[in-house]
Amino acid sequence: MSALLSVRNLVVEYAIGGKTLSAVADVSLEVGKGETLGLVGESGCGKSTLGRAVLQLRRPTAGKVVFDGTELTGLDAEKMRLMRRRLQLIFQDPIASLNPRRCIGDIVAEPLIITGITDKAERDRRVREVLTAVGLDADLVTGRLPHEFSGGQCQRICIARALILEPELVICDEPVSALDVSIRAQILNLLEDMKRRYGLTLLFIAHDLAVVKAVSDRIAVMYLGKLCEVGPTEKLFAQPAHPYTALLLEAIPVPDPSVKPAANVPIGEPPSPIDPPSGCRFRTRCPRADAVCAEVVPPLEEIADGQFAACHHPLSAR
Amino acid sequence: MSAPLLSVEGITVDLPTPRGPLRAVDGVDLTLAPGSTLGIVGESGCGKTMLSRAVLQLLPKRAKLGGRILFAGRDLVTLPAEELRRLRGPELAVVFQDPMTSLNPVLTIGTQIVETLQAHLGMDTAAATRRGVELLAAVGIPAPEQRLRQYPHQLSGGMRQRVAIAIALSCEPKLLIADEPTTALDVTVQAQILDLLAREQQRRHMALILITHDLGVVAGRTDEVAVMYAGRVVERAPTPRLFTRMRMPYTEALLAAIPKLDSPPHTPLPAIAGRPPDQTRPLKGCSFEPRCRYADERCRAAKPPLADPERLGGLFACWHPL
Repeated sequence: MSALLSVRNLVVEYAIGGKTLSAVADVSLEVGKGETLGLVGESGCGKSTLGRAVLQLRRPTAGKVVFDGTELTGLDAEKMRLMRRRLQLIFQDPIASLNPRRCIGDIVAEPLIITGITDKAERDRRVREVLTAVGLDADLVTGRLPHEFSGGQCQRICIARALILEPELVICDEPVSALDVSIRAQILNLLEDMKRRYGLTLLFIAHDLAVVKAVSDRIAVMYLGKLCEVGPTEKLFAQPAHPYTALLLEAIPVPDPSVKPAANVPIGEPPSPIDPPSGCRFRTRCPRADAVCAEVVPPLEEIADGQFAACHHPLSAR
Repeated sequence: MSAPLLSVEGITVDLPTPRGPLRAVDGVDLTLAPGSTLGIVGESGCGKTMLSRAVLQLLPKRAKLGGRILFAGRDLVTLPAEELRRLRGPELAVVFQDPMTSLNPVLTIGTQIVETLQAHLGMDTAAATRRGVELLAAVGIPAPEQRLRQYPHQLSGGMRQRVAIAIALSCEPKLLIADEPTTALDVTVQAQILDLLAREQQRRHMALILITHDLGVVAGRTDEVAVMYAGRVVERAPTPRLFTRMRMPYTEALLAAIPKLDSPPHTPLPAIAGRPPDQTRPLKGCSFEPRCRYADERCRAAKPPLADPERLGGLFACWHPL
């Protein structure tokens, strides 16, 4: 599979009160054409920043973002603007990402206007087509305002807006976290349908591994700005190599009372990314950490076919 | 079974809307024994939050409440405001979904805990501060003395929720209502907060109502589960029984919609088609009928009562139980 998106040694830093926060600290990953890569981690791990840096909404401090052979970090604003029709973004809060004072028809047509499609009839046809594709009745929807819709319907509208330019890569940033379980299933199924129908490549960002598993071909696990583990979805679930991946798996609530909730979820939360731990950044919460972990940053190495982990003491060493 | 701590009888909540009254809670009966845990599960808008607010007597001013809410023998609906105020804290406490909005952003954590202890237990500042440190330590907050001097925005979401729990527990309530306490949090933090609630609930022999939209959250952590849909309880059973032998098609659909860890990627999820009904226009029959795959004429014609016709220990409201 050839890579549609290739992120190389990406660094994104923020200046905070005279200090530097490395939200993304030297991350490399690839997303193949037609693939869904799930990007998982806790709040503040840098996963959203990574997504935004790919789109150049936040210019990276260092590193490269290559999309279909073009280096995006070097593009000027105008060239990037033209490129963005091929790269789209869906956000977590569907209601906040729609302008409350504009009707749905205008919201969904906006990308067409921006890219210079002046023929109103053509725009209307495409709005109708994409709204139908996301499961909304165009006749009932186009004249109404966002507040008339539920969260799940608003997310459908956001998806329609992202798809109307027929992009190649869609970055979904926690697209179902704000939704109920039942609606979440509808939206996940819709994203899968849209991926097939439009031949999309997805970077799917979420904190919930169960949700990510449902849609991803491969999963990358991120912690405090660095990747811990990357691997094929089933492999990563069956045999997680990084202790952090194992922790995330244990934390998923299982809807079965005979499965007692894991008691050994370590107390604590990620340390501050402003002053990350030396060596392996996960070591302060890791049950396997020792002296080496405090001194040497573990490199991301292939430990099984297609499975990479950045750990000095990977689980079930193979 | 001991005398119930909480007994809710025929509760209705009507909210005024431009389209007429919306029946948010439509005749709910519940009982809760001292020290037991009840999960209330349902989608947004099913009335679970309005029900809990009715119990707490924290409904919006324009809401109309009907029915009786007996708490430790007193009817909360007719209780004078001053007596209610004395009940909140030492008897009844609540943890809300969003810890940022339930904490005051311009007061330190310490001020908010000390204030609670002074108001409800009449402690002096020094004693309340000492108690505050103990409480923060009990809910797993490192360096509690320093945290007392911090403001909510200096804490992570998980830490804020721990503070909200510490405040709720501060007066040793007999009943704690946790309304989606982990929905705004990461999965790892969610597990820790749920463990914390379970631990404190057992240690203090406190009754707990855990409100959530996720059946996975209540599975290992409640004695009984009530599933709500369109303002009514549509199934209620002891937790193990609910999961091994659910009768209501809605409960089945809700469970099926959760992504399974053991199914391979790209397995389509059995989503529940459509949306909950418009509660300003109540249906004559079963409210779940338009979305139910077992529905027929009878379901459209008459509302099934919440009952246990086979006397098996679980209640359900369905003409065609599974």
